[in-house]
Amino acid sequence: MANADLVLAERAVREKGHIASNTAALLAAVPIGLILFFLLLPTLIVIPMSVGTSPYIEFPPRGLTFKWYEAYFSDPDWMAATWFSLRIAVATTFTATVIGTLAAVALVRGRLPAKEYLQALTLAPLIVPHIVIAVSLYLFFAPLGLVGNFYGFVIAHSMLAVPYVVITVSAALQRFDPNLELAALNCGATRVQAFFHIVLPNILPGVAAGAVFAFLASFDEATVAFFISGIEGKTITRKMFEDIDFNLTPVIAAVSTVLTLVSLVLMSTIEIARRRSDHGRRE
Amino acid sequence: MRAKPLAGSPFGGRPTSAREYGPGLSLLLVAPLVLLLVGGFLYPVGKLFWGSIFVPEATFANYGRILQEPLFLLVLWRTFEIAFVVTALALLLGYPVALAMARVSGRTAILIAACVLVPLWTSVLVRSYAWIVLLQRNGVVNNALIETGLTETPLRLLYTQGAVIAAMTQVLLPFMILPIYSVVRNIPDDLVRAARNLGAGSLQAFFRVTVPLSLPGVTAGVLITFILSLGFYITPALVGGPGTLMMSTLIGQQTTELLDWPFAGALAAVLLAATLLLVIFFRRALALNKGFKLG
Repeated sequence: MANADLVLAERAVREKGHIASNTAALLAAVPIGLILFFLLLPTLIVIPMSVGTSPYIEFPPRGLTFKWYEAYFSDPDWMAATWFSLRIAVATTFTATVIGTLAAVALVRGRLPAKEYLQALTLAPLIVPHIVIAVSLYLFFAPLGLVGNFYGFVIAHSMLAVPYVVITVSAALQRFDPNLELAALNCGATRVQAFFHIVLPNILPGVAAGAVFAFLASFDEATVAFFISGIEGKTITRKMFEDIDFNLTPVIAAVSTVLTLVSLVLMSTIEIARRRSDHGRRE
Repeated sequence: MRAKPLAGSPFGGRPTSAREYGPGLSLLLVAPLVLLLVGGFLYPVGKLFWGSIFVPEATFANYGRILQEPLFLLVLWRTFEIAFVVTALALLLGYPVALAMARVSGRTAILIAACVLVPLWTSVLVRSYAWIVLLQRNGVVNNALIETGLTETPLRLLYTQGAVIAAMTQVLLPFMILPIYSVVRNIPDDLVRAARNLGAGSLQAFFRVTVPLSLPGVTAGVLITFILSLGFYITPALVGGPGTLMMSTLIGQQTTELLDWPFAGALAAVLLAATLLLVIFFRRALALNKGFKLG
């Protein structure tokens, strides 16, 4: 009897709670929807901007045209900046991924003196404000002729990108079972053979994710690129920055849409791959 | 046995000795990274700070200038003020989103996650440009205000402190939401249900169970947002004007327009010191969270 009362009472509380939480959910949906709209609006708005017919920024746009994309792809200045950025990003991806992967192996698995300081140094470029790095590099590069220079950019961007590689590869290495490598060594493999045949294939998703982060850390980077670009060698982000200040046309919206698409495609690929592998591990 | 990551360090704990790489090989593997970070980061930044004191001769005059000229004190104050307001707004807007993201499932969860991640993955430059489009004289916001009859003449929205705060809040909001979400997601539902069964109302259960348990995420989110706001350059440089000069934009101006780089070095040192003090003081709270894309 008393038990049944308790059960009934509990159910009543739960049902009341259920109704209350449903109303709360409905009430919460409106402000949360507004906040999400605020978050998403600036990303979405550049797309209609880039296909509007008017040469002035106009919203909503009146007609549909691709002439701003044509203008972008046929303008030698924009194309030069785009190629310069792409070359830098590809070279940065390569150097940052190789350097970062090797270092991650040593930082996770190696016997190193002053390991904590090395780890702190690795993460430092993520913490130090980019404006401080930008001004420092500008003053360092200017007398060496590295301003507006491909190699100067690769050094700067590799330094900014390498922490992302070290973080993602370290995470992958921690999930890797070192006994597998030990087994290979026991079967007569050298350290190098064991690394390339056993370790690397196992941590490849982490390395690939690190490489994508490195590419975007370079391709989307704007603060340092603003300071170490030259009149000749300038990145797409520096060119955008200049045009926003002096020559605000819908071409910038077209370039923005292209940049956003590149980032979104690359990042969603990683995210989907990550979710899939998480899913696979749980099963 | 799997190597488990040590809490608080992205590199994990100490591996067992047989599976370690020897010191010689380890040093060789880490050498290129050290070379890159010393040559491309430590040396240039150190050189800037050295110059702020020893060029043309040993003096702290550049640092004295920051404290003596009212303009620079104002910029310093404004930087902290904007960072504070942006962080508070981000917390106010971000907390409910993080909570909703953790509570819902299925399609709604993916939708909310996309709304948070898509802006995070959009270049800061693109988002700052979008804010110019929104806020300029004949921009989207002014057009909407005129059409709804709220104002007759376009308002001056761009290049104001309000514009900088709105744009920076939007740009940094994901850095607040994600750490809170990662903590709230792991609070067991049972705890809230237990509180309700013990007679707590939904509000009481929220404030006495969910909120205290989410505090580690809140601390991490607040710190990351505040630290990023202090040194943010692109957004204040594009959306702000001469009246909204912050430490970062002042450093840029001193370097590119006034060519006074010893003074720029002193300003950079102050900005870096503020950042590092926060990081070192709160490093435990920050270790919760790593690997996000920083601006």
